[in-house]
Amino acid sequence: MPMIAFHLDTHSGVPAYLQITQQVKQALRLGMLTVGDQLPTVREVVEQIIINPNTVLKAYRELEREGLVASRPGQGTFITRTLAATSLTSHAALRRSLLRWLASAHEAGLDDESILALFTATFREGAWNATTTGESEGTA
Amino acid sequence: MSAEETTADTVETTALETSGLGKRFGRHWALRDCSFALPRGRIAALVGPNGAGKTTLLQLAVGLLRPTTGEARVFGHAPLSEPLATLPRVGFVAQDHPLYRGFSVADLLTMGRKLNPRWDQPAAVARLTRLGIPLEKRADRLSGGQQAQVALALALSKRPDLLLLDEPLASLDPLARREFLRTLLDATMEHGLTVLLSSHIISDLERVCDYLIILSAARVQLAGDIDEALRTHKRLVGPRADPAAIASLHHVIDASHTERQTTLLVRLNGQIFDQSWQQENVSLEDITLAYLGMARNEQAAPAPVAAGEEDAR
Repeated sequence: MPMIAFHLDTHSGVPAYLQITQQVKQALRLGMLTVGDQLPTVREVVEQIIINPNTVLKAYRELEREGLVASRPGQGTFITRTLAATSLTSHAALRRSLLRWLASAHEAGLDDESILALFTATFREGAWNATTTGESEGTA
Repeated sequence: MSAEETTADTVETTALETSGLGKRFGRHWALRDCSFALPRGRIAALVGPNGAGKTTLLQLAVGLLRPTTGEARVFGHAPLSEPLATLPRVGFVAQDHPLYRGFSVADLLTMGRKLNPRWDQPAAVARLTRLGIPLEKRADRLSGGQQAQVALALALSKRPDLLLLDEPLASLDPLARREFLRTLLDATMEHGLTVLLSSHIISDLERVCDYLIILSAARVQLAGDIDEALRTHKRLVGPRADPAAIASLHHVIDASHTERQTTLLVRLNGQIFDQSWQQENVSLEDITLAYLGMARNEQAAPAPVAAGEEDAR
């Protein structure tokens, strides 16, 4: 039985292969997948969510290119690196400063939606300044 | 796993290519100036409203119609002048998946076996048995979903390299659609099949297709890779503005305005440097609708003098 199941949101405007790579990365960050785990085979994914096999292959190739998985011919695709180490828990300091910032935003009278809007706008500005070329990964 | 590798390593050459393809019935152009190249191994959606020319395009591709202008080539050969080089390699399921109604499923398989040199009888029987379709049953006694599956099984057993399906899902309920697509995807994994299937709605097809051809008002509005289309099409929302500045660099498909706000759907040609525009992703359905809307508006406007108006023949 596969370790994780994928799902597709066809209204998001995010290419299906990116949705799959994002779901694998999310599972890695949350510790749901670890080194040595096998991803579902292309055939399993096609059967399960009725998706083009080329799309699944493209997602797995992309993950392989990023060094997160390796495909072993005749066996399948396996996780070779975890993202858990660089994930949420290890950024306690960043998290604390974000919490302090959130508290001061609340103090300034911003509600949740305003905070999100401010964050998104600033995030976009920062991302834009950081890189004048290249695209972000489909979603903000 | 060998199936995965064949799909991955499929050489990207062209399965179906049209150049300047057009078809006129009397005074009416059903298809005009149609040029695209469908790479081998793709599953392509041919999307457009009813009457857009989808069926005409598919019939030109299999040589059921003679083009008025231009040509269609299947694996490099013209279907009309070189039928032996093309027809054995092409499967075609017409709209409403017609079957000989009085024939049993077994009769239909026999017919297929006698008519097709590359016929794969064991695969046909296995496919239908897996779906629980009784071979002794008459075609007209099968449910709509089963008839569609039989038509698909017949086309697949021909072992085509290119499979054309005209509105295959139109008459099927959601569960039958799913089963139909599952059979189709299964077949594409077994051997490097190129598929072109038409529909008037994209939502049915967007999971299974990786290539999109939008046809409207007898013309191709967009033909290309779906991931590329999702990457390059964005919705821009900003303070009310004249879209001319954006249109000078990018391709504006749709523009709508309120008193204060302007919303554009654009095909990006590089980056947007004006930060007053907020960029959002757009779904394939929205992209398709924008192109169809654009084609309709152009049609409604006084017709510009089109190049190549005169008949080439």
